[in-house]
Amino acid sequence: MLEYEPNIVLSNAEYNEVGKRPIRHDGAEKVTGQARYGADIRLPGMLHGMVLRSPHSHARIKSIDTRHAEELPGVHAVVTAGDLAQPSSRVVDLAEGVLHNMRFLSNNILAADKALYKGHAIAAVAATSPHIAEQALALIQVDYEELPAVLSAEEALKPGAPLLHERLATMSNANLRPGGTLDDDDPTDGSNLANQFEFRLGDVEQGFREADVIIEHETATAAIHQGYIEPHAATAQWNSDGTLTLWSSSQGHFNVRDQTARLMDVPVSKVKAIPMEIGGGFGAKTLVYLEPVAAALARKAGHPVKVMMSRTEVFEGTGPTSGTQIQVKLGATKDGRLVAAEAHLTYEAGAFPGSPVSPACQCMMSPYDIPNAWVEGFDVVVNKPKSAAYRAPGVPAAAFAMETAIDLLCEKLGVDPLAFRLRNSAKEGTRAPTGPVWPRVGFAETVQAAKDHPHYAAPLEGPYRGRGVASGFWRNNTGPASATAIIHNDGTVKLIEGSPDIGGTRTSVSQQFAEVLGIPVTDVSPSVGDTDSVGFTSVTGGSGVTFKTGWAAYEVAQEIKRKMIERAARIWDCEVGEVEYDNGVLQHAKDPEQRLTFKQLAARQNPTGGPITASAGVNPGGAGPSLGTHIVDVEVDPETGKVTILRYTAVQDAGKAIHPSYVEGQIQGGAVQGIGWALNEEYFFDDKGHMLNSSFLDYRMPTSLDLPMIDTVIVEVANPTHPYGVRGVGETPIIPPLAAVANAISHAIGVRINQLPMSPGRILETLWNEQSRNGG
Amino acid sequence: MATRIHVQTTLNGEAVEFLCDSRQSLLEVLRDDLGFTGTKEGCSNGNCGACSLQVDGVLVDSCLVLAAEVDGQAVNTIEGLASPAQLHPLQQKFLEHAALQCGICTPGFIMAAKALLEKNPKPTEHEVRYWLAGNLCRCTGYDKIVRAVLDAAETMEASA
Repeated sequence: MLEYEPNIVLSNAEYNEVGKRPIRHDGAEKVTGQARYGADIRLPGMLHGMVLRSPHSHARIKSIDTRHAEELPGVHAVVTAGDLAQPSSRVVDLAEGVLHNMRFLSNNILAADKALYKGHAIAAVAATSPHIAEQALALIQVDYEELPAVLSAEEALKPGAPLLHERLATMSNANLRPGGTLDDDDPTDGSNLANQFEFRLGDVEQGFREADVIIEHETATAAIHQGYIEPHAATAQWNSDGTLTLWSSSQGHFNVRDQTARLMDVPVSKVKAIPMEIGGGFGAKTLVYLEPVAAALARKAGHPVKVMMSRTEVFEGTGPTSGTQIQVKLGATKDGRLVAAEAHLTYEAGAFPGSPVSPACQCMMSPYDIPNAWVEGFDVVVNKPKSAAYRAPGVPAAAFAMETAIDLLCEKLGVDPLAFRLRNSAKEGTRAPTGPVWPRVGFAETVQAAKDHPHYAAPLEGPYRGRGVASGFWRNNTGPASATAIIHNDGTVKLIEGSPDIGGTRTSVSQQFAEVLGIPVTDVSPSVGDTDSVGFTSVTGGSGVTFKTGWAAYEVAQEIKRKMIERAARIWDCEVGEVEYDNGVLQHAKDPEQRLTFKQLAARQNPTGGPITASAGVNPGGAGPSLGTHIVDVEVDPETGKVTILRYTAVQDAGKAIHPSYVEGQIQGGAVQGIGWALNEEYFFDDKGHMLNSSFLDYRMPTSLDLPMIDTVIVEVANPTHPYGVRGVGETPIIPPLAAVANAISHAIGVRINQLPMSPGRILETLWNEQSRNGG
Repeated sequence: MATRIHVQTTLNGEAVEFLCDSRQSLLEVLRDDLGFTGTKEGCSNGNCGACSLQVDGVLVDSCLVLAAEVDGQAVNTIEGLASPAQLHPLQQKFLEHAALQCGICTPGFIMAAKALLEKNPKPTEHEVRYWLAGNLCRCTGYDKIVRAVLDAAETMEASA
């Protein structure tokens, strides 16, 4: 059994800087209020922008009259969709690592001919104060023709259902997530089904014939929001040389630059995006909403313009993650071997194609070795806000279905759910149901560590109490990433990296840089560079920054090391091969008297050949999946339906935890978002598709009082491709909690709830139904 | 335009005067007019606590206070917490415990925790969780925040 400590690191390798817990470089600025976030900018002559949003879920826009708004004193500009480019509606690759449909993107930012959800942006105003801008919005006259709305995937797929996009094509490719429209001469009818695809492995029918026990299970989850505390904000300024500067709080300022340039119809080289600190994103700040609006307003007004969203706009106008419906069927032999699995996943995309049903399909069964499988995905447009990525996009809802089905299977087989997972765990060489053959993964190790944890053996007594476990798999993403280093004459280093830092990655990237050079991480001063000062870097997403940008910093450090060795060779008049570099000290191999520290050599860089700098751009493969297994104890109050989390333990493979405190933080934060998803969070819509709970009072995220401490165990099964063995860690921890909590509640009350959230109302309804079923 | 209101206040110990509209919140005036952007806006309706600060020692959501209300009162924001030489123990413990990720909620949490420790220098874990329930953090799951506050309380108690 593991020694009980709240947070345990099962370390696999020791280093000087990697694996330590330095204070983050940007910490002091963030605890003193000096750090500048999206809304914290103020420029001379700056105007305030505000967005007019559709009051209807589905309506044709017949006309927009902006004259009265323009005449209001203090108003400088009003823009509509006509002020943005209307590119082709084909899927395009801007080489960002994700695909786009630029027409859909443009029309989501400002509606063109139709409003497709309540809260859809219609027009925007720039004025000398936010209050005047707000008054001006009320003066814009929009003539809408209201259309019947489709508010669920089921309705949207019925024959004759109203179409959101009259010419929407049904793709049959999991990779073409942005969707597209039919060619003009294509006789096919349009549809609300944007994508339908499947994955097959082995012979699923035969597999079920071999099964002794079969479980059939259906789940549903509500749309929920990422819930970052910082509302979206963007500022734009056109400069006198025709260039555009953007200040934005985003997960990827290079994407913001590239997409805004296209929608403003200017070359990318004319646009500079400056990253502000970002107050949380969790996927939703990978989508561009406000920057093109600010740019269009600023161009028209001839002044810089800042646009900020209110909390209601964030809920109504930015991406929730999809509502889902999933059917899953599992077959196992008597001795507990999974032999067949089948799943059908229907995800609401919102108003434009692109729900995360494809990663959901690709990850839900991946923890397991299943010889025969069939997974099918449906991406359906409905009159709700366009869904955006949310932490391990699509997978938590899919794992809710899969991991509760496994619990049912274990109950039927009478086996321990962790023993079952160990028995069926995917390992190196296992082919996933959706195709990939896994490299070394650490699933069995997380299950074993969970089994060995004192929590799993701790007694849990009393009525209405239950324990649940569940696991989760996230593939982790990589992408292009860049870094640049400048060695100062005093031996300290400026490290400029391209990834916005949302949770301490300046430091986790710097630790890898410092490790290579054998210098203290405190001598490295990292910053997130604007798009003019460092090479292209893909979004802070897919749990990729410590992996990909850390790798870029690793390469930069190697280049710095080579250059320092050359300088030493020049000073000592010897061959490069005769210089040894060890732990920040350069040494002549044959002459022990000849010795220079990193700092000493840095001081001599200018006379020995000039300033030492280096840059690297990488796009490394082999991000390395991360798996986790969670244990939770709950107590259900049968009077109120409230669920209390009594104890929570999360185990996860981090490959190598570069900064264990921030890995723990990711695991704890992810687990708590998953708890919120399981118990309380949901968009309430009325029958017109209008969100009824667009505030933090009514959209109920977990507070400190709702939770116990979240204990973590970091397992380190090194990712064989990464120099330090890193696997991304941010997303995996949100996957297991939904099912873990559901399994615990089921064990506490003896009834299974297959719909999220398991809010007090739903728990009570379940208990009352059960009582009346039992004649109580 | 309506007459603007003349307000005399003390901001982090310094006398400050400003003119504001009757509809402007304290948060708006601090951020947009006085340039004190350390206090954050997360919801503007008192639900997230990101704009927490003290008015005459009382913890408030500054989005729910009208700027005109602070006439003659003392406003203390995150910018006034550290001395030039040293961070406040709460700030130091937030750093040591990695109690922030994105950091947008951090000024509000620190100001709320400061008010707690002034009232109750030795809070239990439950008391910390209860007091901070009005501040939302979406990144950390609160674990490290609660530990940081408990540790800061111990440090402050020891040096008191």
